[in-house]
Amino acid sequence: MKKFINQVDDILVESLQGFAKAHADIVKLHLSPNFITRQHKAHNKVALISGGGSGHEPLHSGFVGKGMLDAACPGYVFTSPSPDQMLAAAEAVECGKGVLFIVKNYAGDVMNFEMAAEMLSVPNATVLTNDDVAVLNSSYTTGRRGVAGTVIVEKTLGSLAETGADLAQCVAFGEKVNQRCGSMGVALTSCTVPAAGKPTFDIADHEIEMGVGIHGEPGRKREKLRPANDIVEDMINAILHDFESRNISPSQGVILLVNGFAATPLMELYLLYHAASDQLKQHGINIQRSLVGNYTTALDMAGASITLCASDAEILQHWDSPVHTAGLRWGI
Amino acid sequence: MQTSFIVQAIQSVYQDVLTHEADIEKLDREIGDGDHYINLKRGCQTLQQLCPELAELTAQQALQKIGMTLLSSVGGASGPLLASFFITMAKTLQPTASQKDIALAFAEGVAAIGQRGKSGLGEKTMLDVLIPVAEQFKQMVSDGHSALEIAQQLPHVAAEGLESTRPLLATKGRAAGLGERAIGHLDAGAKSCEVIINSVCRLVIAQQNSEQ
Repeated sequence: MKKFINQVDDILVESLQGFAKAHADIVKLHLSPNFITRQHKAHNKVALISGGGSGHEPLHSGFVGKGMLDAACPGYVFTSPSPDQMLAAAEAVECGKGVLFIVKNYAGDVMNFEMAAEMLSVPNATVLTNDDVAVLNSSYTTGRRGVAGTVIVEKTLGSLAETGADLAQCVAFGEKVNQRCGSMGVALTSCTVPAAGKPTFDIADHEIEMGVGIHGEPGRKREKLRPANDIVEDMINAILHDFESRNISPSQGVILLVNGFAATPLMELYLLYHAASDQLKQHGINIQRSLVGNYTTALDMAGASITLCASDAEILQHWDSPVHTAGLRWGI
Repeated sequence: MQTSFIVQAIQSVYQDVLTHEADIEKLDREIGDGDHYINLKRGCQTLQQLCPELAELTAQQALQKIGMTLLSSVGGASGPLLASFFITMAKTLQPTASQKDIALAFAEGVAAIGQRGKSGLGEKTMLDVLIPVAEQFKQMVSDGHSALEIAQQLPHVAAEGLESTRPLLATKGRAAGLGERAIGHLDAGAKSCEVIINSVCRLVIAQQNSEQ
């Protein structure tokens, strides 16, 4: 393992401290329990709080700020945060219209946020994101995983919340956007959890992991490395097939997010974007908005995911509205 | 149950978790995401630091404190699951805990894990170890077996439970995304529970032997 580290146990706090210093105009760091809030508390809106294991930066702390989240609770690397963090964050940012938790669908995150919701005394609700089409939905499983589509949910829901929408409206819109998102990831390498010191999985030079999750958890299947266009074709087809099976129509166009897992250069991400846009053209699907970059990462994994969000006028309006966070900034 | 036993059990479990680092990590890397051992170790360390404070409490208070501490220190799925176990056990345990009361409180704690995780037997989780152990514990107590006999028997039940996860599909937790590829691997959470049960049982055996 070759990483920038002082003491392995200090990685998280040192990184959070650097993040807060670098973006002191936007965010404020609170320690023990750890959470990030906006530098200036909002008023009279539903307070949006997300959180999850660290190692996916800029998700979620990088999306705290005007137009997106009110607070984020970072757990240890790939480990759900705990209820005391969520309760402290809720107390700090609640401003009269209740608290909405945005939670990626993983057993640990769901349970910790559930316990926080049970202990919280103010009105609250939860939107679960589960956009990963790689994991087949089945009544026998905890269901699909929440991955990069979460960024689109947090951006658009953040915008709606700024308008003063109430808790029920926010929940309904968040669920709608989540349902209209589909994501598929592919890994070229494993990632290495710093405290473990070893790669999470072994993968040969000529292999890719199709349908990989954002923690290096294996996906649909191990395949041979092929030309990028072929890989993208399979990813787009997987998402469109999923849309079809859930009666989601991309006829009004899509938001296309090509998300890097951190170790793949932007150059390759744009190459993937080129391939994806060709694929979508062949399917007669218009790209309404685009985002390319590292937004939901997996430590030092090489690879990428493609997210499509079947958009409509309401979703595009909230996508375009001003946002001022460390990770996304436009319209201001 | 004496608080002094709880404090000794924490020391014993911590040592055994450290000893089994390689086994637990390997399993979690194979079909999980590699964080289980680290989280478990952090929980054990936090509890160990808390031991002087725990020693001043009643057994019930200590179990409650352990639960709340694990909830805020472990994170992941294990945090709320282990916390639910200890908090429920604290609620259920009578101050004059007989062996039977302890067995019942243990079973209630295991049931609370099932409720929190919305899971049961056969889903390739820690419950595949804990449910059979809880059943056997209750059964042996009602059949009038001694603490020594129970502590000698339960590790075998835990080992069988662990082994039972090998052919299973995972339907809960991170391994659920693997489909059939999880088959043939033991579950890391089941492994750590087996380590913990072994550790506590060994402590009971040592104490019983020294009393005789």
